[in-house]
Order: sequence, then structure tokens, then C-alpha cells
Amino acid sequence: MTAINHHTPDAMLAAYATGSLPQPYALVVAAHISLCLDCRASYEAHQAVGGAVLDSGAGEAVSEGLKSSILDRLDTSFTAEQTYQRMGVYPGPVMQALKGKPIRWKSLGLGVRQSILTSDRDGSTRLFYIPPGQAVPEHSHKGLELTLVLQGSFSDDTGRFGVGDLEVADQALEHTPTADPGPPCICLAATDAPLRFNTLIPRLLQPLFRI
Amino acid sequence: MIASLDTDPADRDPVAGLQKDIRKLTQPPLEITLQTTWMLAVRDNRDRTAFAALFDHFAPRLKGFIMRSGTGSGQAEEIVQDVMLTVWRKAGQFDPARAQVSAWVYQIARNRQIDMIRKERRPLPEELGEDPGAEPDASQILAVDQEAGQLKQALERLKPDQRDIIEKAYLGDLTHQEITAQTGLPLGTIKSRIRLGLERLRHELKGLC
Repeated sequence: MTAINHHTPDAMLAAYATGSLPQPYALVVAAHISLCLDCRASYEAHQAVGGAVLDSGAGEAVSEGLKSSILDRLDTSFTAEQTYQRMGVYPGPVMQALKGKPIRWKSLGLGVRQSILTSDRDGSTRLFYIPPGQAVPEHSHKGLELTLVLQGSFSDDTGRFGVGDLEVADQALEHTPTADPGPPCICLAATDAPLRFNTLIPRLLQPLFRI
Repeated sequence: MIASLDTDPADRDPVAGLQKDIRKLTQPPLEITLQTTWMLAVRDNRDRTAFAALFDHFAPRLKGFIMRSGTGSGQAEEIVQDVMLTVWRKAGQFDPARAQVSAWVYQIARNRQIDMIRKERRPLPEELGEDPGAEPDASQILAVDQEAGQLKQALERLKPDQRDIIEKAYLGDLTHQEITAQTGLPLGTIKSRIRLGLERLRHELKGLC
């Protein structure tokens, strides 16, 4: 794997570790940590601070029977939560969002495809498949947009993003990410609001494609 | 070079100063903490007495921690029960060379709280594979315990209002925007402590891939 040059900002890692990051972003950050050892180390360092807060906080007496009731339950059988491992270019958290099922791509035209993983009032996460030389239709967005490259690479005004790189685009950035020559670019993107298109036709198509 | 006689030579000689810092950092801790010893006994020997000791240490802390975000006593105890059962069931995933017990328990507790609020599983990173042939190294475990001790001291030395912000953040009571706005202070103070452990963690993690 090539070196990762664009990382999760530290405040975002802190928000992820403390559980304050909205779910769509949390999925992308979990996927980035799965690919990036540096960010995993920072994430675990934030857990250490959380541990220190937990350990030095004032305790609250627990009910008398709680301990024995837990000790009694140690041998009871339980179903372990299913864990999802990486499949091809898709990290475990993406497989978790897919519940292990195959990806259902929908064409957006010109060879560009998308697959919506999650969509609710917190925002949405989706996979994009972009053939070399093709652009993700020019868009701006109301909130923060995170894009993690899983295969190939794309470039926009701010630089080149290869496998494992995370682009953090805020409201101010109007960019045209274009897939570089080579294998098709597959990326995972999250927003906290529906995307808005700058050109007329895609805007009309927006409800149709839920882009 | 003119220096007053009462100055510590380490303060004016950069090299001596560095050596002093290194001495401070490499000073051996006394021993592995009890919590780590208990956790390893649970992981490796399914030791119930050790688990009971972990319960006595963590259950009240967990309950206080959970109640501080406004959860009632009854529901807090349900979460404590879930977290402690997870500690028993997932003990095999505990790696003392990477995390102190409190850090590991902290993340289990936060995951559980969030899953309960959202009624769905929060996205978690892939687990790293076991390092084949890795022998448990007491010095690494000691380093983790020592850093955890230093972190706790650093927290205790913060001014009350700064400490309050850190606690709020790690309790999950600050939004992402609020955490971003806090960069520099006092997250910066804490970060300088974290940095001590970061290089070691990176080294550890690279051994696992």
C-alpha cells in the first residue's frame, strides 16, 4: 500500500473516540482507521485519555446484588456480535454497513456509479465508482463532506488523493474531484446533508438519483 | 557563557537537558498495575476472583461516569452490567502492550452507550490481527501502565475549568464542533502527554500488520 498523505484531523478522531461524531462521518473515520496505522495510534491515545477520565472520576455505589448477578451470568451462553472483515478494497466498517451483502450499484451516467449505504436525518454515506478521467458531478454541500479513497485515486483543486487518503471538504470548497488515469476510483463519501448540484440538469435529477 | 550558580546545569545545556528528560521518561515504573494483572488473569486463566476484583474497581467508576451524562441510576447499572459482561467475554481482545485496562473499558462503555441511544451498532474499525509469535513483553506493559499514570497526573494538574472541558469531551457531552473549537487548550496540554505514547503505539501497531 502506498503511504497515506491525508489523515483524519485530530479533533475528528477525538470526536470519534468519544462518540460525538455523527454516524455518517463515524463510518468513514472507522474505515480510515482500518487503513491507517497513524490514525489508529491517535485514536487509541484518545481512548487512553478517556480511560484516565473514567479511572479518576468519582464513583457511585452500585446496588448490593449487582456483582453476584453478573458473576452468576459469566457462564451463560451468548451470541457474539458478528464482525465484518475487509473484502477486497472494502474495509470492515463498509462491510458492516452492507451487512456483508454484495454492493448494489446504480448508474449515474458516463460510467459513474453510486451505492447508498446509509441515509437518514444525520446525513448519508455512499460509495462512488468513477472511471478514469470522469468527474464526480460538480457539487457543493451544506456541511462537511468526507471522502475516503478505497481504490485508484482522484485529484481536485486541493491535491491528489490515493488509496487510504481522506479528503475533508467544508462548506466553502466547491471542487471537482476527477478520477486519475489507472484503475477506476472507488471512494466512500459521507455528508450530513443532501448534496446540491451547481448545474441545472443534475439538480433536476437529484431527487431521482438521491445524490 | 554566563550563568548564575544556582541554575540547574540541565536548564542551560540543551544536551544535558535532553538527557535529564530521557532519564525522566525511562525511569522504570514500580510494577504492573493491579488492574492489568487482574485483566490478564481473566484473559488467560478465566480467573473469577480477578474478575470480581475488576468489578470492584470499575463498576462504581463506570456507574458514576454514566450517570454524569444524565442517565438514571437503574439504567446506568444495566449499562455497567453489559460493559462488565463484555469485559469478560471479549477479554481475549485485550492487549496490554497497546492499551491500559481503563482505556479498553472506557471504549467498551462508550460503544455500549452509543449503541443504546442509536439502537444500532456504531461503526468500529477492523480489529488488528494477532502478532504471530509475539511474546508478552513486560517492559511494554509497564510502559503502557506508566503512561496511563502520567496521563492521570496530567489530568489532575489541570485547572478545574480545563479539566471540566476534558471530562465533558470524553464523557461524550461535547459535539464535534465544540471539540474542534477546543484545539490548543486544554486538549493541547493533554496531547503533549499523549505524544509520549504515540510513537510507542505506532511501533506496536506496525508489529501487528
